[in-house]
Amino acid sequence: MAEHSATDPQTPGTPAATGTGTEGVKRGMAEQLKGGVIMDVVTPEQAKIAEDAGAVAVMALERVPADIRAQGGIARMSDPDMVQGIIDAVSIPVMAKARIGHFVEAQVLQSLGVDYIDESEVLTPADEAHHIAKSEFTVPFVCGATELGEALRRIAEGAAMIRSKGEAGTGNVVEAVRHMRAIRAGIRRLGTLDETELFVAAKELRAPYPLVAEVARLGKLPVVLFTAGGIATPADAAMMMQLGAEGVFVGSGIFKSGNPAQRAAAIVQATTFFDDPAVIAKVSRGLGEAMVGINVATLPDGERYATRGW
Amino acid sequence: MPEARVPVIGVLALQGDVREHLAAARALGATALTVRRPQELAGVDGVVLPGGESTTIGKLAARSGVLEPLRAAIAGGLPAYGSCAGMILLADRLLGAPPDQVTVGGLDVTVRRNAFGRQVDSFESEVALEGLPGGPVHAVFIRAPWVEQAGPGVQVLGRVVGGEADGRIVAVRQGNLVATSFHPELTGDRRVHALFVDIVRRHLDQKAGVSAGYERGTEP
Repeated sequence: MAEHSATDPQTPGTPAATGTGTEGVKRGMAEQLKGGVIMDVVTPEQAKIAEDAGAVAVMALERVPADIRAQGGIARMSDPDMVQGIIDAVSIPVMAKARIGHFVEAQVLQSLGVDYIDESEVLTPADEAHHIAKSEFTVPFVCGATELGEALRRIAEGAAMIRSKGEAGTGNVVEAVRHMRAIRAGIRRLGTLDETELFVAAKELRAPYPLVAEVARLGKLPVVLFTAGGIATPADAAMMMQLGAEGVFVGSGIFKSGNPAQRAAAIVQATTFFDDPAVIAKVSRGLGEAMVGINVATLPDGERYATRGW
Repeated sequence: MPEARVPVIGVLALQGDVREHLAAARALGATALTVRRPQELAGVDGVVLPGGESTTIGKLAARSGVLEPLRAAIAGGLPAYGSCAGMILLADRLLGAPPDQVTVGGLDVTVRRNAFGRQVDSFESEVALEGLPGGPVHAVFIRAPWVEQAGPGVQVLGRVVGGEADGRIVAVRQGNLVATSFHPELTGDRRVHALFVDIVRRHLDQKAGVSAGYERGTEP
């Protein structure tokens, strides 16, 4: 696998940036999260459980996706008091979600001191054409993607980390698998193209040519690629890692299960030892009930979060 | 002179920017391996504790059983380099950490976690390192720690210049142990890793000298 660095050593003549909010510290932050599990939490108590279980970061939100599905209504950025309470409760990084295109929610989250913003399809989109212009912010952003072109459009807007969208709040890993395979296959395909063909690929992917050429050269995205959306078990997490994810977001899967602390620790362990079935078997024993989950095929189109984002 | 053995660098691969450290070690001619289990530590000549989330790495090290062998190896003289989270893990004393945070220890320093602030305070700057030729290194600080207090046997290699944190210690060495607050693995500048690989090579030479005794140098 080609090597990538936050300050790309393969771009000679580019002076290294200094100061805060650089591409280097935004992408570099995601590099530090690799091999880790980021857990959705809705209270400071849950945040502590996640930290104690070995989460590399927590995602502060008002309702986990499963509850957003069940309760309906407009899902928005969390109450600043809640975000602040979680920031105060843990020493690990705290992420929070802003609605797609809602740049003021993002401004608010940055002012609260969150460490990463997820411009997330799980919340109700605030703009049906535009995503947030993320490069303008000091805080880094992670965005969801279902295929390579979408990932590259988000990176062009300034996303410093990409995750598969999956289908959040279902406990069903099938969409995360679909999206991870699509992104990875797209990357592999670019590696087989010559320069002339890469121009056409950029057009087809609806992504900027320089980014397409960079992916072809690196054999990977220029930012870290995590998985999200439906991961509910240690085996789910390990499978996504074997499929090429560099880390895992777990949303409803932990705190909608029978034994959150034990399940959280088990998913952390399975993410580190993703290639060791004996470890995955060991940590999967006696975990109690997983979240019940939803068959994605039965979801009406309007309730599929993965179709949000453009 | 006998042909020097290629040093084997193990990178603790429980979580974090493992790939970048592996690439840096390989670029310097070392063999680089991941270490997640106790038995994988046995064959290494030096160990890198990577950047990542120090609380997570500490917990996973304890659960995987690699923590105690790692502590023993470092106490026994195994060269180690820690960047960012790795510096925290090597520290004997922590500030700004949960009271139950697990560390490896060995480095006689007090390290403050997230000393520069949160991610919005993460920054890049130039840091001059003692004894490192070629001018200052471009340093990437990400929710970085600093060394608040260093024991008498600890050599300060570098400090922040300018800003609110002016003068704070961000690079140290104590015998075979090196630690930096920043992430040289992210920049493609291999000089800090070269310093560490050099320490590992010297350590190997010393061990070879001790075991070979007067016969040293007579091998083909």
